[in-house]
Amino acid sequence: MTNALAFAALADPTRREVFERLARGPLPVGELAHGLPVSRPAVSQHLKVLKEAGLVTDRPEGTRRVYQIDPQGLGQIRAWLDQFWDVTLDAFKAEVERQADEEGDKP
Amino acid sequence: MSQTITPAPIRKSFTVRATPQKAFEVFTAGHHLWWPKSHSIGDAPLRKAIIEPRAGGRWYSITEDDVEHDWGDVLVWEPPARLVLAWRLNGQFTYDPDLLTEVDVRFAEAGAGLTRVDFEHRGLEAFGDSAAADAIRAGMNQGWGLILDSFQTVANA
Repeated sequence: MTNALAFAALADPTRREVFERLARGPLPVGELAHGLPVSRPAVSQHLKVLKEAGLVTDRPEGTRRVYQIDPQGLGQIRAWLDQFWDVTLDAFKAEVERQADEEGDKP
Repeated sequence: MSQTITPAPIRKSFTVRATPQKAFEVFTAGHHLWWPKSHSIGDAPLRKAIIEPRAGGRWYSITEDDVEHDWGDVLVWEPPARLVLAWRLNGQFTYDPDLLTEVDVRFAEAGAGLTRVDFEHRGLEAFGDSAAADAIRAGMNQGWGLILDSFQTVANA
């Protein structure tokens, strides 16, 4: 399930920091790693996870790769919230109707 | 190149087989009866979720370890027509009195014994004051996202 993957990907604080940096604009790996308390290979690993989760995309630019937020991935996140309320409100509807039926509060 | 993310509100409309009075009562006084127990904060399982019945009232939960967790508060209390809740949980599932997103629920009679419910969760951009809003919001959702699959399995059983 892609949305679950997206949320799992953002559970790690460093990964979320990487993602938030990209939210401000596209960056190559080297600049992304600058100032982060992890090694550059670790940043690359985080980017790989974010990419697999559909949250970021990359493209070659000369000899380096530039990463940016994948708008489709963000769309997925909003879709998850949408789905969360679907499930929760379904539970509400079921409870209201259960009680209404019990009390004979029917049309 | 920069990217501004302005998320659209979440909107839901549906009809329930009950009067507006009943629907409002179950949404508020019966909150804990339908809120998924898995969707909570704190270190212990959810015991009860509470919406205090007045404008300015608290919206909070009590976990099995007797700890209370604020979620937000009641902005509009107009039974049985309308309820607006302030959702003030930030990206770390922590109560932040300065954070404001709004959950607006309207109940309107839609024929004998039927109620149309119009639901909106808006102001989602408040989860962050920058383009990183979605990342922060995603963090908030993360804890609940992981259990959604299992909940759906139960709900669809």
